[in-house]
Amino acid sequence: MKTTVKILKKPITSTFIAILFGFLVAAVVLVFAGYNPWESFGALFQGIFAKPKYISNVIIKATPIILTGLSVAFAFKTGMFNIGAEGQYIAGTIAAVCVGVKFNFAPVIQIPLVVLSGVLAGAIFGGIIGYLKARFGIHEVITSIMLNWIGLYLSNFIVNTAAYHQPNSTSSFAVNDSSFTMLLPNWKTSKAGMAALKPHQWLYEMMLKTDVNFGILIAVVMALVIWVLLYRSTKGYELRAVGFNRDAAEFAGINVGRNITQAMLIAGALAGLAGALAITGTSPHKISQMAAFENNGFNGLSVALIAGSSPIGCIFAGLLFGGLLYGGQSVQQDVGAPTEIINIMIGTIVFFVALTKIVPSLADRLEKRGAHRVK
Amino acid sequence: MEVNREYAVQMHGITKMFGSFCALNDVSLDVKKGTIHAILGENGAGKSTLMNVLYGLYQAEAGEIFLNGEKVNIKNPNIAIEHGIGMVHQHFMLVDNFTVTQNIILGNEVTNQFGVLNMKKAREEILEIVKKYGLEVDPDEKIEDISVGMQQRVEILKALYRGVDLLILDEPTAVLTPQEIDDLIQIMRNLIADGKTIIIITHKLKEIKASSDVCTIIRRGEYIDTVNVADVDQEELATKMVGHAVQLVVEKSPADPGEVVFEIDNLTVRDERKLEAVKNLSLKVRKGEIVGVAGIDGNGQKELVEAITNLTRAVSGTIKINGAEIQNTTPRNVIDHKISTVHEDRQKRGLVLPFTVAENMVVEKYRRPPYSKSGMLNRSEILSYTKNLIKEYDIRPDNCESQPVRGLSGGNQQKVILAREISNEPDLLIAVQPTRGLDVGAIEYVHKTLIRERDRGRAILLISLELDEVMNVADTIDVIYAGTIVDSFKQGEVDEKTIGLLMAGGKLDENNSQNS
Amino acid sequence: MLSKILLLLGITLMYSTPLVFGALGGVISERSGVVNIGIEGMMTVGAFTAAAVSYFTGNPWLGLLAAGAAGGLISLLHAVASVTFKADQTISGIAINLIGPGLALFFCRLMFDDATMTLPAKTLPKLFGESGFADSPLKNLNVDVTVVLALAVSAAMWFFLYRTKWGLHVRSVGEHPAAADTLGINVSRVRYLCVFVSGILAGFGGASMTLAIISQFTPTAISGQGFIALAAVIFGKWTPFGAYGACLLFGFAQALTIVLGGGDFAVPSQILAMLPYILTIVVLILFVGRSVAPKADGEPYEKGVR
Repeated sequence: MKTTVKILKKPITSTFIAILFGFLVAAVVLVFAGYNPWESFGALFQGIFAKPKYISNVIIKATPIILTGLSVAFAFKTGMFNIGAEGQYIAGTIAAVCVGVKFNFAPVIQIPLVVLSGVLAGAIFGGIIGYLKARFGIHEVITSIMLNWIGLYLSNFIVNTAAYHQPNSTSSFAVNDSSFTMLLPNWKTSKAGMAALKPHQWLYEMMLKTDVNFGILIAVVMALVIWVLLYRSTKGYELRAVGFNRDAAEFAGINVGRNITQAMLIAGALAGLAGALAITGTSPHKISQMAAFENNGFNGLSVALIAGSSPIGCIFAGLLFGGLLYGGQSVQQDVGAPTEIINIMIGTIVFFVALTKIVPSLADRLEKRGAHRVK
Repeated sequence: MEVNREYAVQMHGITKMFGSFCALNDVSLDVKKGTIHAILGENGAGKSTLMNVLYGLYQAEAGEIFLNGEKVNIKNPNIAIEHGIGMVHQHFMLVDNFTVTQNIILGNEVTNQFGVLNMKKAREEILEIVKKYGLEVDPDEKIEDISVGMQQRVEILKALYRGVDLLILDEPTAVLTPQEIDDLIQIMRNLIADGKTIIIITHKLKEIKASSDVCTIIRRGEYIDTVNVADVDQEELATKMVGHAVQLVVEKSPADPGEVVFEIDNLTVRDERKLEAVKNLSLKVRKGEIVGVAGIDGNGQKELVEAITNLTRAVSGTIKINGAEIQNTTPRNVIDHKISTVHEDRQKRGLVLPFTVAENMVVEKYRRPPYSKSGMLNRSEILSYTKNLIKEYDIRPDNCESQPVRGLSGGNQQKVILAREISNEPDLLIAVQPTRGLDVGAIEYVHKTLIRERDRGRAILLISLELDEVMNVADTIDVIYAGTIVDSFKQGEVDEKTIGLLMAGGKLDENNSQNS
Repeated sequence: MLSKILLLLGITLMYSTPLVFGALGGVISERSGVVNIGIEGMMTVGAFTAAAVSYFTGNPWLGLLAAGAAGGLISLLHAVASVTFKADQTISGIAINLIGPGLALFFCRLMFDDATMTLPAKTLPKLFGESGFADSPLKNLNVDVTVVLALAVSAAMWFFLYRTKWGLHVRSVGEHPAAADTLGINVSRVRYLCVFVSGILAGFGGASMTLAIISQFTPTAISGQGFIALAAVIFGKWTPFGAYGACLLFGFAQALTIVLGGGDFAVPSQILAMLPYILTIVVLILFVGRSVAPKADGEPYEKGVR
C-alpha cells in the first residue's frame, strides 16, 4: 500500500501512465480502422530499434526537439509560455544558412560562428517577445504567434533572394562544408575511412548511412546547463521567483521586466541553437521554401509537456518523441496504417499528461483513506 | 434539542470531513426566529464550514438540518435560496467588472420569455429594496469602483432581492469602520424588525456584545456552548473560544524612543486611477518606537506602503531613512537601506508559494555571501540558516526547510515572513496588517514579536485596519484619512471613539462641541 | 481602381471568415473561463469533415453541419480535461492540436486512397448565386455565404453575451465562478456548453475554408489559422466584435498581399506576407497595450478554494 502510494506520487509514474494510454488509444483507433495494433506497434519498434542506422536516425531526429523542448520548458519555469519556439528555430536556421553560405573559414572558427549566429538570431526573436511583454505588457502568445509567421516568410524571402537562392530549386544554397558538425564528415567518406569502418558493420552503417553529428552531445550538455542555471544559480533563482510570483519577486527587489526579457532571450537562444545545429549537422544543410510550419518548435511544446518541464526530462521525452516520429514511418510502410496514427498517439499522451496531473492527488486520497482505516 | 417550528434553523449532529481532516464533529446549532444569533470561533474553528453546509456549498457526512421545523436536504445553493436562505461571504462574491444591478440579479434575472434581460425593471426593483431598508447604493456603478462598505451592501441586497428570511453574515465587520459597523447593526435591526432572522459569524467579541441575542461557540470543529449574550462578559466568551484564559490586552512597557530614523515629508502619491491617494502626508518614526497608522481601508494606506517600498512613484515629497532619500528609486534600494516590510498580502507579495521555506527565507539576500558565491547558490548555507530561523521562531512543522511554503498554515507562513524580515536587522520594520487572517495564538505571537523588536531599539511602523490592534500595540497613533495624517496621539491619551471619528473624516472640534 | 478596391474588400472578407469563426469560438470558451488553445486542431477536424461529407453526399450544407458536429465532438475532450478533471488547459489544448490534425489526416488517408488531401468537394454557394453581378466590378462583392454567416454569428454572440441572462451567466462564470456558484449557477455546465459551442464554431471555421475558399481538404488547409484566431481573441479583448475586427485586419493584410503582389509593386511577396503579423505587433504597441483576460480564464473551478 505504502509503496504503491509512493510510486503513484512520483511525477514520472504519471508520465508512464500517460504513455501507456497513448498506446492504448492508438490501438483502439487502429482496430477501428481495421489494422492489427500488435503488428503496427511491432513495426513501430522495428522501425526504431531494428538497425543501428534507425537508432542513429532517431537520435538525429530527437536532437532539435530536445533543444526546442528545453526552450519551452525553460520558459515555463520562468512563467512564460513560449509558443514561439517554432519561429525562433526558423530564425536559427536562417542565420546559420546566411553566415554559413557567406563565409568559409576553417572549421574551428566557422562552426562556432555559424552556430552562434543561429543562437543569436533565436535569442533576438525570443528577446523581442520578452521585451514587448516586459515593456508594454503585450501577451507573449500573440507576439510568439506573429513572430512564427514572420520567421516563416522571412525564411522564404531569404530562400528567394538572388544571393542565397540555388537556381532551379526551391531552396537556398547549402552552407559551406567547413560548417558541418557531423562526425568526421570527410574522413568517413574517404578511402581510408571506409576501409577502417568496413570491418565494424555497426559503426559502418551508423557513420555512412546517417548524418551522425555532435548535436545530441550539445543538446545533452545544454539540458545539464539549463538545470544548473535554474536550480543552482542566483540568476535561475531570480527567474523562477519571477515565474512563480511576479508580485512577490518585485517586492523583494528583483527586477521583473529585465528577468522576463532575459528568460525569453535564453529560451529563444535554445530554439535558435536547435535550428543552427539542424543546418550544420544534417543534410541538406540548407533552408527550403515552406508552405507550412515544419513543427520543430511546436513539437518542442509536446516534449516539454511530456517532460513536465524538467530540463533533464526533455532529453528522454525528446528521444521518445523522435523515436515515435521516425519509427512511425515504418508503420505505414510495413502495415499500411496511416503514419498519422503517431500524431494521434502523441496527442493522446500529451492529453493524458494533462489529466494524470491528478494521479498524485489521487494517491494522496488513497493514502488518507488508508490512514483512516488504520484509525 | 427538540425540533420546533419556533426555530428558523436547527442543525443537529453535523459532521464534515475534508479528506482525513475533520472540520466539524457533531456540531449542533439552534437559531430562534427573529433573532440575531452569533457563531463565535477562531479562524479555522469551522464557523464558515458550518454555514457553507447550511447554504448547500458543502455536503455534511452526518447530521440533519431543519428549517422552521421541517427536515430539509440542502444539496446545493439553489435549494438554500429556495428555502429563503441568503449568505454574505467574508470574501465578497461579487463580479468586479459587473454593475451593482448585474451582480444583484445574477442567477435571478428579470427577462422576457426569450431570456432577454430587462435591466430597467430590475433597477426599479432594486431601488425599491434600497429605500425600504436604507441601504444606499448606486445601482449603475461597477463593483470595482465602489468602496468595500458599499460592496457589502450590494451583498446584502443580493440576499434581500431573493426574498430571504434567513441571512448569514460571514465576518461582516472585518472591513468596516466603527461608524460603518454601527450602520450595519442598524440595518440588521431593521431586518429583524421586518421578521427576518440573522446569523452572524465572527471572532470579534465586542460586536457580539453590541449586536447579538444568542451566541454559539465552536472550537476546532467541536461544539462548545450556546449562551445568552446578555448573561456573559467578553472575557468569558474569549475563554470559551480559545479554550484557556486569554489576555485581551497586550502587555508592554512604556516606549523609550530615541532619535528619528524614518521621516516622510509632504508625500503625495497617485493611485492606479491617477487620483491623489496620498496627499501631503508627513510622519516620523523614532528608534525604539512603534508608530501605528489607524485608518479605514482605502484612505491611502496601500499607496503609502507602495511609495515607501518603491512599487509606485511618489509625485512629490520625500521619504528619508537615516537621512538618505529613497523615494523614486527601486525596491532593492529600499531593502539595501535597511527597511524591511511585512506586507499585508502574504501570498501575493510576501511569499513565493511554490518555493520552499528555505528559498523564501533568502528572497532578499540570495545574491549576497554566504548565501551565494560567484553567481551560484550556496545551498547548504541557505539550509542551515533556515533551520536556525525555524528553531528561533518556532515555525512548524519543524523540519519544513525543504517543503514548499504553500503547505504551511497561515500563522506559520507569517512567521516565515517575520523571521526573514527581522533577521535582515532592519533599521525600520514596516508591518502592514500583520495579523490578518491569523488566529488568537498567532496574533499574540506577532504582537509580542513587534514589541520585542521595539525593545531592542528598532523603529517600527504598523499600518493596520484593525483599530484595536493599533490602539493596543502602537506607542504613537497616527490617524490617516483621505491620504493624509489628520492627527497624532500618544498611546493612552486618546479613546477609541475619538480615533473612530477622525478615521471617518470627522473633526475633533465638532465632537467636543457636541459633548459639551 | 474601384474594382481593385472592391477586390480588396472581397478578398478581405473571404480570408477573414474562417478566422472569425475560430476567434468567436475562442471568445465564448474563454469568456466562460476555459482557455482554448486547441482551436487550431478543432478547425482542422472541421475542415476535413466538411470536405469529406460534402464530397460523399454532394451536399455542402450537410458538410457544414457535420463540420460543426465534429468540431463540437472533439472539443468535448477539452471540456472533460479542463472542466471535469481540472487539468491544465494549455496542455489539453495543445493535445487537441496534435490529435485533431492526426485524426483528420488518418481518416483522410483511409477514405481517399492514402492521399493526404480529399478530392474536390461541392462548395457552398455564393451570396448572389454563381453568376451574380457577372462582369461588373461588383462581382467582387459576391462573397461566400459563410462571410455573412460569420457576421451574423458575431452579432448573435454579442447579443447573447451582453443582452441575455445566459450571457450574464457565462461572463460571471469566467470572471468569478465562486460567485456564480453561490447564486445557483452551474459552473461546470456553463463551461461544458461554452467549450462545446466553441468547438462547433471552430468546426464551422474549418468548413468555411474547405467549402468556400478552397474546395478540398489539404494538410496545409488550416495550418496556423487557429493560432491567428487565438491571437485575434486576445487582440480583440475577448469581445465578439473586437475579435471580428482583429480578424478583418488579418484578412485585409492577406488581401493586400494578394492584390499588391499582382506585380504592380516591387515588393517581394514574402515581405508583403509578413505585413499582417508585423502590423499586429505595431498596433498592439501603439494602441492596445495590456489586454485583460477574463479573471478566471484558465483557472479550474474548485469548490471551497478561494
